[in-house]
Amino acid sequence: MATVAAVIASTHHPFYYRASTATGADRPPFADEWVAKIEAFRETLTKARPDILVMVGSDHFHQLWLDNMPQFLVGKAPYFDANWYNEEREFGLPRMTLPGEERLAEHILRNGLDAGFDLAFSNELRIDHSITCPIITLRPEADLPIVPIYTNIFAPPLPRPGRFVELGRTIRQLVESWPIDARLAIIGTGHLSLELGGPRQFGEHGPDPAFDRQAVDWIAGGDLDGCLAEVTLDSLHLPGNATHGFMDFMLMMGVAGAGAKADHVDSLDLFHTMEAYFTWYPNGVPA
Amino acid sequence: MSKYLVNKFLYTVDRDPALVERYRQDAAGTVSRWEQELANTILNCTTDEKSTWLAFTDEERRALREHDHVALFGLGAHPFLTLTLFIAMFGRDHGPLEYQKAYGRALQHLTLPYPDIAT
Repeated sequence: MATVAAVIASTHHPFYYRASTATGADRPPFADEWVAKIEAFRETLTKARPDILVMVGSDHFHQLWLDNMPQFLVGKAPYFDANWYNEEREFGLPRMTLPGEERLAEHILRNGLDAGFDLAFSNELRIDHSITCPIITLRPEADLPIVPIYTNIFAPPLPRPGRFVELGRTIRQLVESWPIDARLAIIGTGHLSLELGGPRQFGEHGPDPAFDRQAVDWIAGGDLDGCLAEVTLDSLHLPGNATHGFMDFMLMMGVAGAGAKADHVDSLDLFHTMEAYFTWYPNGVPA
Repeated sequence: MSKYLVNKFLYTVDRDPALVERYRQDAAGTVSRWEQELANTILNCTTDEKSTWLAFTDEERRALREHDHVALFGLGAHPFLTLTLFIAMFGRDHGPLEYQKAYGRALQHLTLPYPDIAT
């Protein structure tokens, strides 16, 4: 049977690639600290020795559009090309091609449908920075097969927070019921408080540092009850107009399980947004 | 209100380098031509299978023709689409993050709740 070797939740900051590779006068003053934190975070995945990565993210109006918008979608294809012209243009992200794991995608789709999630699927999916940022930070070799799972945190009407948590729980069960002997990591990315295209964007910190501190505590302590008691589709407008991406962190709390304390917790207060990194080892910390 | 069509304009322009440049240089001409030729194109279909009913309101057309991102926010255009395209067009004319900060300052008069972006 498959083993969940690690569960990882992270922000996906599209500027990391450029900041970490910049040199001389172009290198931002916070780059070295950021790289050190990322390298420590990367080690938490490396030492779990994964064979396959299940990658939860959200398309930013790249392939998924308002004329045909799925709420939850699983990519089932032998390969996934990645990153788009406007991500090269704005963030300097490289084009990539990642191998897919179709057998696991098929298992997740069949059994996810039977478990009550009407998952959409794609047999030709070009993925974006919500999935390639954690590849760049956590597995820059980009050598492991993936199953991408997209959620809609972007184009209302959105599923409610509890639905994201429930999907996370289901993904964990589906992965653990896959009858193949393999070590899997489930990696998902979202946001803490975030404002895009509104008056609170690009400030000295994220738009709501108090929310960010609370959110890190919820995630680090696996406090799903506390989080679900306070977070609603309406409440997420308050910390910043793009904060609905926090629901992907809630999904990952569902994967990790209620009460599961993260084995690795780190954060970095940057302009515009706070970075946050979490790793759980459901089957024990690897040697 | 045709928030969907405003978003469709921002989306289709943002993903096409030539259209980004054309919209930067000739906003009014680009909006007119886009509305005439592309507004009713269904993105995943052949050009013969067009829609028949999509058109901007006068206020939407004006906001797009005048590169008025504040008005677009007020109309409920998706703020991610507007921001991304406007950075592509005008970020190059400013120092690092200057344009992004000025863009936010231009919206400082707004309070919660922001205009609804649901389509």
